[in-house]
Amino acid sequence: MTAIDTISQREAEVVEEFALFDEWLDKYEHIIELGKSLSGVDPEFRTDHWKVKGCQSQVWLQPGTEGDLVVFKADSDAAITKGLVALMVRVLSGQPAEAIARAPLGFLESIGLREHLSPTRANGLASMVKQMKLYAAAMSGRGNEGGQDG
Amino acid sequence: MSAVFSEAEIAEIRGRFPILSRQVHGKPLVYLDNAASSQVPSSVIDAMSDFERNHRANVHRGVHKLSQEATEVHEGVRDRVASLLGAACREEIVFARGATEAINLVACTWGATNLRPDSVVLVGELEHHANLVPWQILSSRIGFRIEKIPALDDASLDQAAYRALLERHHPALVAVQHVSNAFGTVHPVADMASAAHAHGALILVDGAQSVPHRSVDVRALDCDFLAFSAHKMHGPTGLGVLWARKELLDAMPPWQGGGDMIDKVSFSGTTFHEPPWRFEAGTPHYVAAAGLHAALDFLEEIGIGRVHAREQELLAHAHEVLGAIPGLRILGTAPDKEGVVSFVLDGIHHYDAGMFLDQMGIAVRTGHHCAQPAMERFGVTGTIRASFSVFTTEEEIDRLAAGVVRLQRVLA
Ligand SMILES: Cc1ncc(COP(=O)(O)O)c(C=O)c1O
Repeated sequence: MTAIDTISQREAEVVEEFALFDEWLDKYEHIIELGKSLSGVDPEFRTDHWKVKGCQSQVWLQPGTEGDLVVFKADSDAAITKGLVALMVRVLSGQPAEAIARAPLGFLESIGLREHLSPTRANGLASMVKQMKLYAAAMSGRGNEGGQDG
Repeated sequence: MSAVFSEAEIAEIRGRFPILSRQVHGKPLVYLDNAASSQVPSSVIDAMSDFERNHRANVHRGVHKLSQEATEVHEGVRDRVASLLGAACREEIVFARGATEAINLVACTWGATNLRPDSVVLVGELEHHANLVPWQILSSRIGFRIEKIPALDDASLDQAAYRALLERHHPALVAVQHVSNAFGTVHPVADMASAAHAHGALILVDGAQSVPHRSVDVRALDCDFLAFSAHKMHGPTGLGVLWARKELLDAMPPWQGGGDMIDKVSFSGTTFHEPPWRFEAGTPHYVAAAGLHAALDFLEEIGIGRVHAREQELLAHAHEVLGAIPGLRILGTAPDKEGVVSFVLDGIHHYDAGMFLDQMGIAVRTGHHCAQPAMERFGVTGTIRASFSVFTTEEEIDRLAAGVVRLQRVLA
């Protein structure tokens, strides 16, 4: 990881990437493609306990740590949701807990996905982001113990 | 194309619904979510607006002119609903917030006084949560058992199993939908009512999906309670109806307390108003009553028989064009259905499909349709549901079908 690998740097990359698409269909096809690259969660995390509430589709979120950084794995049974989830993992995973907890995530607006963050949207992206931030906040609260969340 | 309306008539009917001229994501709106909420014609919007501008005042008790006018509107719609349903008298019509509140009212009053720990309530497997959860909440308090009337593979209810359940349990109540919101199935509630009565049970019919689409006569059905919502029949939100037989209402204790539902109040004791007002505590939604008048005018003018006939044409067309799409499976194939088509797509999540259709300007509902046990019965987490109205056209259904084929190419 280089020094410029911050959340806002990753957001800028995503915005640049999405600027290629004028058509909604192309944009969603790209989101779906992103989802296909998602590695999914470990089998013991594919349970109700690790499911994010408030999604019409199912989303599983697996938090962990690598050194001082928070890492996420995630999965969904719906293609678009999985793509959105992949996008969030790409932007947030492997970043310091405090940065995750504070990230304003303005890029969703820039790439025209702001509506997906509305709490009334059935995809539960808002719940997913909230859950990622909660895990991050919990981990930063624990200081530098560096333990595995379980 | 339609044997019920000429093309000019269909265009004229559509012209009455301002929302149908909307664009969504740059495309003309195709509104196929009528089972969740139907749309309102201008006349309904105008009636409510006129009421607010010219007649608004609290109903009952007022001696001034505006209050009398408002009371006439509010009580007048009670008369019209009574005649719509073939009620024995206007006092059988109780206003509530919607079908949900109407069913909760029955649970909290009739249910709380008549159900005992050893009672049994039969509930259909396909019920909207509004006709299951109130009974579960009450059951957790009283301790009675809830038995499920199972559904068959075509999303009809297993009538043989129903008879056996009546024999075995002698339930106090049967709570069943007239029409399934998830699959469109019309259940034979008149037969189910006579079987229930023969076994000493009362029957509550959830009419939320039937009253807006077919002629419903409570005497012909011979049921005991019937609930529905105005917003599914081109009327306003926030207003629903409980119809109940007069003898039952007379014997039911009040539910919510407050203004309007009392006879005489003092600290040494309070006596209650007669039904239906006993069950209508507080200021009612009288503006919605003005809207419901106009919605009933609309349905009367078109004729509920023609609404039904037209929606049957649309249903047949939808089964034909959607049924021909490879990888699409329709859930709900019973012969008697209202204008609802629920389907799943091989390898495609209903949420993804709904998102794509939305981008094409097509409004369908995806998910469990507030009937999770029904979804479980068919082994799915949800479906894609298109539900029709008298203003729906074959072209709109064709656009849905084309949209499905297009999204299959991207998503499958
Ligand atoms: C069959 C059925 N019952 C009850 C309801 C609840 O109606 P409301 O939300 O208007 O109270 C609905 C609405 O979706 C329904 O379809």
